[in-house]
Amino acid sequence: MHCRSGRGVRGDDGRGIRMSIARPPLTTQSRLWQWLLLTALSVLLLVSCSRDIDDREVVSFWAMGYEGEVAAQLLPEFERRNPGIRVDLQQLPVLSAHEKLLTAFAGESLPDVSPLGNTWIPEFAALGALEPLATYIAATPGFDAADFYPGAWDTGVVEGKILAVPWYSETRLPFYRIDLLKQAGVETLPQSWDEWRIALAAIKAEVGPDRYAILLPLNEFEPLLSLAIQQPEPLLRDNGRYGNFRSDGFRQALGFYKEMFDKEWAPVLTNNQISNVWDEFGKGLFSFYISGPWNTARFKERMPPELQDQWMTMPLPGPQGAGASLANGTSFVIFRDSQHKAAAWKLIVYLSSPQVQARFHALSGNLPPRRSVWRTPALASDPHARAFRNQLERAVPTPKVPEWERIATELGLIGEAVANDRMTVDEAVVELDRRTDLILEKRRWMLDQQDQAAAATP
Amino acid sequence: MKPNTAGWLFAAPALTVIVMFFALPVVAALALSLTDFDIYALADLDNLRFVGIGNYVALLQNPLFWKSLGNTLYFVLVGVPLSVMLSLGAALMLHSKLGRFKGFFRTAFFAPVVTTVVAVAVIWRYLFHTRYGLVNWVLSYAGIDPIDWLGDPDWAMPTIILFAVWKNFGYNMIIFLAGLQSIPEDLYEAARIDGASRWAQFRHVTLPMLGPVLLLVGILTMAGYFQLFAEPYVMTQGGPLESTKSVLYLMYEEGFKWWNLGNASAVAFILFVLMVATTSGLLWFARRKGVE
Repeated sequence: MHCRSGRGVRGDDGRGIRMSIARPPLTTQSRLWQWLLLTALSVLLLVSCSRDIDDREVVSFWAMGYEGEVAAQLLPEFERRNPGIRVDLQQLPVLSAHEKLLTAFAGESLPDVSPLGNTWIPEFAALGALEPLATYIAATPGFDAADFYPGAWDTGVVEGKILAVPWYSETRLPFYRIDLLKQAGVETLPQSWDEWRIALAAIKAEVGPDRYAILLPLNEFEPLLSLAIQQPEPLLRDNGRYGNFRSDGFRQALGFYKEMFDKEWAPVLTNNQISNVWDEFGKGLFSFYISGPWNTARFKERMPPELQDQWMTMPLPGPQGAGASLANGTSFVIFRDSQHKAAAWKLIVYLSSPQVQARFHALSGNLPPRRSVWRTPALASDPHARAFRNQLERAVPTPKVPEWERIATELGLIGEAVANDRMTVDEAVVELDRRTDLILEKRRWMLDQQDQAAAATP
Repeated sequence: MKPNTAGWLFAAPALTVIVMFFALPVVAALALSLTDFDIYALADLDNLRFVGIGNYVALLQNPLFWKSLGNTLYFVLVGVPLSVMLSLGAALMLHSKLGRFKGFFRTAFFAPVVTTVVAVAVIWRYLFHTRYGLVNWVLSYAGIDPIDWLGDPDWAMPTIILFAVWKNFGYNMIIFLAGLQSIPEDLYEAARIDGASRWAQFRHVTLPMLGPVLLLVGILTMAGYFQLFAEPYVMTQGGPLESTKSVLYLMYEEGFKWWNLGNASAVAFILFVLMVATTSGLLWFARRKGVE
C-alpha cells in the first residue's frame, strides 16, 4: 500500500502536459498492484478458511499397488466413524515401494502407518523403525489375536515383540487342470511328494515331449522355497548367523526340484519366456502351476469359457503328506517416529475388523488372515479359495533376518543353475551356504556386539 | 590485481560448479567405498565400520563381479565396433549421391534414438519370443530351428547387443553425416584424377578426414556402452543365469536393492577407473596415429 501511494504522489506533483502523458502507464501499473493485492488477499482468506474447517488429526497412510486403490474405498467409512481423524492416503507402486520406504526412513519422512510386505518386517525392525504393538492390542477390547492364522500372525513377531498386524495373506500352492489329470489317469490328488512324482510322470507320459506336467518359473524363488520350507530343519542356524542349506531336508527339497527338471516334468523356462501364463495353462503346456491367490482372479478372467470348470487349486503336497507353504502377505505397522500413533492404531483396528476384511476380500480378492472372515458365505462357498484356507493353517514364515530377501534371491539363482544342470545338488548347497554366510557377516558382528554390550552391563 | 588472481577469479564460478558436482561426490563415493555402509549403518552410524580396501578385495574375489565384468566387456568389445561400423555405413549411404529417399531414411534410422527404451523393449521381447516371435518365424522359412533368444544364456547377450546397437546407431550416424559433409569435394576430385578406386578414396580420403569424428564417436559410444544397464534391466533382469548382468547392474542391485552402499561405491569406482583407463588408451592410440 505504501509503495503505491508513494508513486501516486510522485506522479501528481504538477508537471503540466507531460504528466498527462505519463499518467496512463502509471494507472495501469497501480491497477496491476490492486489486482495482485486482491488475489493475495483472497488466497490468504481461502487458506485461513480451509484451516478453520478442517482441524481433524491427519494420519498419513501409504499403501501399495492395487490394494492401495481398494483401501481408498474403505476409508470414507472410517472417517465417518471417527470424525476427529482424516486419513491422508498415498499410493505407492509395488515395485519401488521398498526403495521408497527405505529412502523415507533415511530422510525421516515415513508415514504414520503402512502395510509392509511380510519379508520386509525384520528389516525395518532392525532399523528400529517400528513401534511395538503389544500395549495397543492389550488396550483394545475385542481385538482377538487368536483369530488370526498362526503363521501369518507370527511373521509380525520379531524377537518376541509384536510389530505388525496381518492385513491379507498369501501362500503358494498348485493350480491344476482337472481334465488333463483325468486324461493321465490321476484319480486322487497327490498329497505327498511320492504321490506327486507318480502323478507328474503319468502326465508327462500322456502329454508327450512338447508339453510338460508342471511349471516352475526359474526367475521366481518361491516354488523352490515353498518346497524347502516344508522340511523340519530351519533354513538358517544359530539365530540366523549361518546358512543351513547343507541340512538333509534342504538337500531333499533341492533334489526333488532338480528331479522335476531332469525328468522333463518341468520346462527350463522363466516367466519372461512365457508371454502369457494363463493362455499357456489353457492350452495345456503344463498341468500344475505353483502360484499365489492373485492368480485365481486372473484365471477366472482369462481362461476360455469351456475350460472354466476344468481348473482348481489344491494344497501343496509335502514330503510325507499335507505339507507347509509360505506365510507371505502384508501386515500393518506403525512407524516409531509417528506423532499420531493412537489414531494410526484406530485405523489398523478398523481395517483388520472382520466386516471390513470381508469387504476388502470382496473388492480385491485378497485372502483374509482371520479365520472368522473365512466363515462368511462368500469365502466359505468359494471352491477355489478352499485349498488356500486349508493351506493357510499350515503356512510358515521365512527366517526373520533383514538379509532374508537377498538370501532368497541367491536361492533362486542357485535353483536356476541346478535346473540348468550347471551344478549338482551337493555343489549347490555348499555354494549357497558360502554365499549366505557372506551375506550374514554383518549380522554376526552386530549380534556379537549386542552380546558383548549385554555382558558388560550387569 | 595480478593477472594470475584475475584468471582464478574468472574461472571461479566454473571451478565451484566442478568441485561441487564432480570432485566432492567422487571423493565422497571413494570415502563411502572404504566403509561397509548398509541398512544397519543407516539405522545407527555406530554400526558403520571402516573396512579399508576390504570391499575391493571382496569384489575381486566375487565370481559374480568377474562374470558381470566379462559380460560388460563382451558388450563393449562387440557392441562398440558394430555400432560404429553400422552408423558409418548408414551415414555413407545417406551421403552418397546415388541414394534415394534420403530424408525418409535419415528419419527412419534416427527414430529409434528418440523412442523410450522400455516401450521398445516390450516390442522386442515379442519379436524375439521363442514360440510366437516374428524373428523365429522368418528364420523358420530359412530352415533354422527356433532360437530361444532371451532365454538361452549364449544368445541373450547377442540379442541385447543387437537391441542396443539398433537403438543407438542413429545418433552416431548423424554425427558421421555432419563429418562427411564437411570433407571438401575437391579432395575426392583430386583422388579421382589420380585414378583412385572407390575403396581407395574411402581409405585415403574419407577415413583420415573423419579421424577426429571417429575418435569422438568411439569415446562417446564406449563410455555409454560401459554403462550398460537399461537394456538388460527391462529385457532380461540380468538373466538367464546372470548372462546379461552388467557391472552397472551389479552396482544398482548392491546399492538400491540391498542397500550395501559401501559395496556399490566400490563397484562404481572400479568402473570409473576402468573407463578412465580405456578412454586414455584410446586417446593415446589416436595421438600416436596423428589424429586429434
